[in-house]
Amino acid sequence: MSLIDFANPTRFLALTARILPWLIGATAILLVIGLYQSATAPDDYQQGATVKIMFIHVPNAWLSMFVWAVMSASALGTLVWRHPLADVAAKAAAPIGAAFTFLALVTGALWGRPMWGTYWEWDARLTSVLILFLMYLGLIALWRAVEDPSRAARAAAVLTLVGAINLPVIKFSVDWWNTLHQPASVFRVGGSTLDRAFLIPLLVMAVAFTLLFLTLHLAAMRNEILRRRVRSLQMMQASQRAA
Amino acid sequence: MALGPYASFIVTSYVAATLVVMILIAWIVVDYRSQTRRLRELDESGIARRSGRSATELS
Repeated sequence: MSLIDFANPTRFLALTARILPWLIGATAILLVIGLYQSATAPDDYQQGATVKIMFIHVPNAWLSMFVWAVMSASALGTLVWRHPLADVAAKAAAPIGAAFTFLALVTGALWGRPMWGTYWEWDARLTSVLILFLMYLGLIALWRAVEDPSRAARAAAVLTLVGAINLPVIKFSVDWWNTLHQPASVFRVGGSTLDRAFLIPLLVMAVAFTLLFLTLHLAAMRNEILRRRVRSLQMMQASQRAA
Repeated sequence: MALGPYASFIVTSYVAATLVVMILIAWIVVDYRSQTRRLRELDESGIARRSGRSATELS
């Protein structure tokens, strides 16, 4: 059986049933390890204990962009191959991406207040992430507003690809403009500027949150496939009654 | 573990993340139960999939 066979919704459901328990277990184990390492990490010489906020803020900020990138790949699947599972993947990812983006904004504000003296500043990084959050909400509203899933899929796919322009703006905003937000300190030319005592818990938490996303995404995709099955069966039921 | 003068900001961050993740998990679990219940109701009313398989079959 090739990988493309799993793009069949029925086979995908069978695959999901098999791998979800393993994903849940791996996510829980990594989250426990990551949270323990975050709790026992030393204080930063400048930021003190507030550096602990980084261990949840940064994974959520990364995921806010990663989820949109996943949705953009799915949007290509919808527009180019018109594959129904591609739209299912994008629609299921949007609320999860919105939640991670919301958390990135909230934890960023809670980190900013003691470090910068303000919860919010209209600088390029913060504003572009807020725009990303609003785009997630807009997409969710679009899927809810259009009743026919195939029509909603095409409109949402176009909007998703247009919104992907925001991803490099978010990433490079700290280089292109003067921002209160610090420049990249993990993935940068010349290597990470973080000490290993902070870098290792951060990477463990990033992998844990990525696994959390994969787990929630697979489960949400399974729900969306079932929702569409319910819809088609209800339409069959209605046509049988009408005949 | 001493969190210093900004303990409330640190604790609020972790509580917010926990709450939002819990809400996401609860939403997905409740949605799954709702969809499987509706499929069971359709199955009991005699509606079958085009493949002939039961509506509640997950494969």
